[in-house]
Formats: sequence, C-alpha cells, structure tokens
Amino acid sequence: MIEAIGLTKRYGRTVAVDNLSFTVEPGRVTGFLGPNGAGKSTTMRMILGLDRPTAGRVLIDGKPYTGLHRPLRTVGALLDAKWVHPNRSARAHLKWLAKSNGLPARRVDEVLETVGLTGVAGKRAGGYSLGMSQRLGIAAALLGDPQVLLFDEPVNGLDPEGILWIRNFMQGLAKEGRTVLVSSHLLSEMALTASDLVVIGKGKLISQSTTQEFVDRSSESAVKVRSPQLGQVAPLLVHKGFTVRDNGDSSLSVTGATSDQIGDIVAAHGLVLHELSPQRGSLEEAFMQLTGDAVEYHAEIGK
Amino acid sequence: MTLLAVERIKLFSTRSPWWCAALALVITTGIAALIAANTSAEFPLTVGLTQAFYSFGMYVVLVMAALAVTTEYRFGTIKATFLAVPNRVSALVAKTAVVAVMAGLIGEAVAFGQWGISKLIKPNADIAINSAVEWRNVAGVGLVFLVGSILALAVGILVRHTAAAVSILLVWALIVEQLIGIIPKIGEKIQRWMPFVNGNHFLTAGGPELQPDPIKYPFGAWGSLGYFAAVSVGLLIVALVVAKRRDA
Repeated sequence: MIEAIGLTKRYGRTVAVDNLSFTVEPGRVTGFLGPNGAGKSTTMRMILGLDRPTAGRVLIDGKPYTGLHRPLRTVGALLDAKWVHPNRSARAHLKWLAKSNGLPARRVDEVLETVGLTGVAGKRAGGYSLGMSQRLGIAAALLGDPQVLLFDEPVNGLDPEGILWIRNFMQGLAKEGRTVLVSSHLLSEMALTASDLVVIGKGKLISQSTTQEFVDRSSESAVKVRSPQLGQVAPLLVHKGFTVRDNGDSSLSVTGATSDQIGDIVAAHGLVLHELSPQRGSLEEAFMQLTGDAVEYHAEIGK
Repeated sequence: MTLLAVERIKLFSTRSPWWCAALALVITTGIAALIAANTSAEFPLTVGLTQAFYSFGMYVVLVMAALAVTTEYRFGTIKATFLAVPNRVSALVAKTAVVAVMAGLIGEAVAFGQWGISKLIKPNADIAINSAVEWRNVAGVGLVFLVGSILALAVGILVRHTAAAVSILLVWALIVEQLIGIIPKIGEKIQRWMPFVNGNHFLTAGGPELQPDPIKYPFGAWGSLGYFAAVSVGLLIVALVVAKRRDA
C-alpha cells in the first residue's frame, strides 16, 4: 500500500505538487492520471525517495522509501526505461542491481525470461529498441519480486502489441495481490488497464475513485434521436421537460431521458423513428472537462 | 562489501576504464622511452627522470574518475543506484573506493612501466631503485593517482556534467596551479598550497632537481601527500553532503 499525505513540491515559485493526499490499495491496478505537467512524475520520484518533498510525506507499507532495507525487495519501479548505461549489457545491468540488494544471480535469468529478453541479454543496452528497453526496465522492477510496483507512462511510444503485453502484465501483477500504480496522461488507456483512478491536475488532487465511478460521473449520457418527423418529435420531448439539442444533421441529442422513455412517448403519438441510441460521452471529453482548468500549458487554438 | 562488489561490476562492465588505463600507460611509457633514448653522458638517465611525465597519465586518470560518476548522471543510472541503495553516502563512498583503488593500480603500472621501459632502452644506466627517496619517487605515483582520483570524483559529484567536470579538472591541474605562481609577490605563497603541486612535491622532494624549484613548501614529502589527501577528502565530504541533500 502507498499512502501520500499532504505531499508538496515547490521549485522556487512554481508549485509542482500541491498538498496531495491519496492511497493506493494492494490487489488492484491504480491509474495515476493527469495531463502532461500535472506533477505525476515528480510525485513518483518523491514516493521513491529520489526527490525530497517540500512538505508532507509518502509511506510505502508504513515506511518512507529511504527507510526500507533492501528496497528492491519491497518496491519495483520503472520511471524511465533509458536509465541504463548504453554500453552495458542487459545482464550486467541487472546483475549489479541484484547484487546491491542481496538477490541471487539466478533471479537475473528468471526476470530476463519473464520479459522475453533472454536471447539479447548479452547485447549492449544502447542498441535496444524502445520496446526492448521498456522490457528491460520492467525486468529491473521485478528483480526483487516486490509487492509494490510503480510504472511511469509505461506504454508511451509502444506499438499495439507492446501496449497489450504491458496491460495484461500489470493486471496479472495486481491479481497476485500486489500494489500497482501506473501513471498515464491517456484516460482511454487507463480505462482499459486500471480499476482505480487517482486523477491530478496542476499538482492538485481532482478525484480518487474507481474507474467506473469516474467515468460515470464525468460523462454526461445523452440519447441520439433520428426521425423524418423531427419537427413534431422535438416539441413533444421539450414538453416532457427533457433537454433537447439539435445536432444539425437531422438528429437530436436528448439529455435527462432514457431511450425507453423516448421510444414510448414517440410511439404513443404514432411517429416514425429511424434511430434511437444511447450515447456515452467520450472518456477524453470527460477527462478534458475535469482537468480543463488544470492544464499547465494551454495551446491557444485559432488565435 | 556488497556495495564495493556492485561498484566493481559497474566499473568493469563498460569499456571506458580499460581505455583510460591503456591510454595512460601508452602516453607515459611512450614519453619515458623517448626521454631514455635521448639521454647521454652529459644528460644522464636518473630514476627521477624516468618519472618526469607521470602527470600525463594522471590527467587521463582524473578524467576516468570524473567520468565514473558523471556518466551515471548523464544516463540516469545514478537514479537506479539511489533506488537500489537509498543511502546515497554509502553508495558514493563505495564508488570512490573502487575507482580510487583502480586509479592507484594504474598509477603503479604507469610508474613501473616508465621505469621498466627506460631500463630496457638504456640497460647500462644506473637507475636501480635503492634509496627511500627513489622508492617514493616511483612507487609513490600510485598514491598520487589514488588521491587525485578522489578529488576528481568529488568534482564529478558536485557538477554532474562530464564536460564541465573534465574542463574544471584539467584547467585547474594543468593551468591554474602552474600559472598562479607568476602573480607577483603573492603567487608563490598561493602556489605552495595547491593540491596537485603538493602531490608532485611528495614524489620529487629530496631527489635531484631537474631545475631549481622556487617554491618553499609548507610540508615535507609525506606532509605534502597528507595535505593533498586532506584537500581531496574534504572536497569529497562537501560533495557527499550536497548529493545527499539535493534531488537526484
């Protein structure tokens, strides 16, 4: 379990992380979501004792990271797959990590096997593709068989096959009862991977809930209605007190009503329908809605 | 002990320490060979003369030592190190120990390499090492390399960038310490407190002077080495305190 309590990080006058408190539970994948520059990586570095919080603290199973004995046995992290000397082989990289935490040398071969790098383990890490580097980073995170795992934007730049592999892999780790925290700026990706979400914007906590709750709460549901007799259908629905918007393509968006209600009303008046379909607001729209004010770098469109 | 083993794996799983060691040896033994070949009855080969250009090897070793830590910052492996070993001071002390021992061994190889190649070229010259002063002049080179590498590591930890660390070290050792003596009146008084100048004094004190040395040293031979070591270790302590406090 990871607990952040009033975590704050200031760089001069810039506040990167602002009084952030959240918990990450074992046995589930928790998504750490926020736009670029929201403070996700800074928070992760503070969890791992790399950066010193200006205020507040963060505990892993009740202890600060720097207080852990042989920390790789408790926490595994992939913050940046490029944190490898390019002239060192994957095996040598894992070997020194294993040695530093008193792990047996056979663990190196085991994790190489797990991530599928056994065949290239003797080659210099500088020649690896992004996907291979990412696998090496995951191998390093798994080395100590830790109960807590942190991944910072693990699918960035990967091909669909790599994304699927990492997604299934993280879910597998959570099923084994481990605590998994994975950051991303893509809600659609997190919706498929994470069962809980911690959402931040501009360093502040926006919400902590299950993914389903977050999606339900933030996506306004509407029903799309298409009919050759729109002129008659629209006033009927307005009359019933529903919000009706003309989409401009001879269809209506109705909010506040279920598709059942609309179907019944229209049938009672003997009118024709060509389409009646519940619409779900896209996850991206929902995310934008929530974090819209909290984006660090706004692009000014059309100015 | 574990941390020493870790740093040993790290140092020897890249090629740069081998290249640096080879370069230091080739440069110094090459110059020693040229000098030995040009000695004559008027300009005889001495033990001191075989070691005259040890400093060229030392500059290479200073660069190697600085690189051992700046490349860790360059490639982010320092963060991987601090994740594995959150006690940053122990991790960096272990690295310093491994690099310093490596530097010392290269220093001995350089010293006896220079002496050996001179003996090979001029087998009849009397360069037997048979006095304490001569032993210090040859075997002491390793100690000077060892202490110098501690200073170079400290600079590397403080500035974190390869180009900056290497520039500072080379400009300091090659230019500042040599030229500061030409400042009128106070130049000599400052120069005798310079760390590398004292390291050199440790090697040459009491031996035949190739040219008159204008500096009045504050210490004897071993005192000079102690002073050089104190400056290097002092700077390392400052670097460790800084590394412990700042964000990795």
